[in-house]
Amino acid sequence: MTTSINWFRFASPASFFPLARRLAPWFASAAALLALLGCYLGLFVAPTDAQQGEAYRIIFIHVPAAWMSMFIYLVMAFWCAISLTFNTRLAAMMAQSLAPTGAMFTFVALWTGALWGKPTWGTYWAWDARMTSELILLFLYFGYMALRNAIDDPRRADRASAVLALVGAINIPIIYFSVKWWNTLHQGASVSLTAAPTMAKLMLAGMLVMAFAAWFYAIAIALLRVQAIILERECATAWVGELAASVRGAK
Amino acid sequence: MTPFDAVAPSAPSAGAWEGVAWALARDLRLALRSKAEIGVQLLFYVIVVSLFPLGVGPEPALLRALGPGVLWVAALLASLLSLPRIFTADFSDGTLEQIALSPYPLPALISGKIAAHWLTTGLPLVVMSPLLGIQFGLSGNELSILAVGLLVGTPTLSLLGAIGAALTIGLRAGGGLLALLILPLYAPVLIFGAGAVDAVRAGFSASAQLSLLGAGLLVAIVGAPIACAAAVRIALD
Repeated sequence: MTTSINWFRFASPASFFPLARRLAPWFASAAALLALLGCYLGLFVAPTDAQQGEAYRIIFIHVPAAWMSMFIYLVMAFWCAISLTFNTRLAAMMAQSLAPTGAMFTFVALWTGALWGKPTWGTYWAWDARMTSELILLFLYFGYMALRNAIDDPRRADRASAVLALVGAINIPIIYFSVKWWNTLHQGASVSLTAAPTMAKLMLAGMLVMAFAAWFYAIAIALLRVQAIILERECATAWVGELAASVRGAK
Repeated sequence: MTPFDAVAPSAPSAGAWEGVAWALARDLRLALRSKAEIGVQLLFYVIVVSLFPLGVGPEPALLRALGPGVLWVAALLASLLSLPRIFTADFSDGTLEQIALSPYPLPALISGKIAAHWLTTGLPLVVMSPLLGIQFGLSGNELSILAVGLLVGTPTLSLLGAIGAALTIGLRAGGGLLALLILPLYAPVLIFGAGAVDAVRAGFSASAQLSLLGAGLLVAIVGAPIACAAAVRIALD
């Protein structure tokens, strides 16, 4: 089986680092281009909403941020599961690098939701199930990061926070199904896979473009952050020493 | 046969239920030898609940509306307060390592410890809650649903909380960190527990909320000891 692909080649921080360094700018520029296109579609092309007027346009930030906040937690939990089962360091580093971005998107979703709620519902905050579970998601991100910070040994931090992330992942389905459980002030999901979308095609297009922008941004920033984490944690290794020497030599 | 096998013969597999019973009996005996601790935790519950009328005023209608939520939040806090007891003493005197090395399955031993924790901290709250509910003007029907909800919900609190307690074994950060890790996970229990009483008050059946609490308890009984065992092994490494 000499011809088979070595799937674990990039599981080593040393070989992943150059890949992350090469890929990050591509994802960052894709995110910037998509964000520009999405803002153009959302702010200039998409029609004014019949009921909410111009205020609805915050949807182009709010919904992608809310999607990413939950999606990143799932990806984080995935890397945590990989790190626990295969005991790989890089998977734990990926989870660690995703957490702050996930927390940021959660915060943005809550913040834009509050700004959107004021003109449409007349209140910044309502203790509705979906908003409350999004707030709980923010606490879960904070708990994950706080546990990591509290543990000095990085390997124990990796595994303890992985257990916590997996336990917290139970919260994600609760967020999703809470809309159905308590159908209160919050409107139902705008985009559903089973029914035809109720929104105009252009609005949907703008939102999807912005969602991809947010996604690529998250990948780019996670790849950047994981480089820093790799350098910090592998600083005693030979390859980091050579890298540092070559950077110094190039100056 | 490797040299390692000769030194450490594979341990005779011991029964899981024996492990549960052993840990339960041991932790109960230890807890009953320091009854004051149980009393302190119960008093904490009573005091937190009694502070609310002082804070929001003695309006009977308002207190009646707040009652179930207050009693439940206080139960969450009381449970949180007692969580470090599950592992801290055993960790600092080395017992926890011996427990992890014993031939009994670790999740079984931890289940026994969690059961003992609930019997000494959760059950007293359940027994106490109708009395405190009367102070908030809850009716007889509401009181019984409150007690049933706590009876089904507080074991889930002990099970979930034990995961947080195991993850923070030996950390300097202590209680605040445990609260940050565990209180968000308690939220569904709070929602359904207090919601059950509200449903009865509004004239509906509380069976939906109580069923969900029961479902949560079953999931926690199956999953939490395994997660706890993983966390304990990580902490002992």
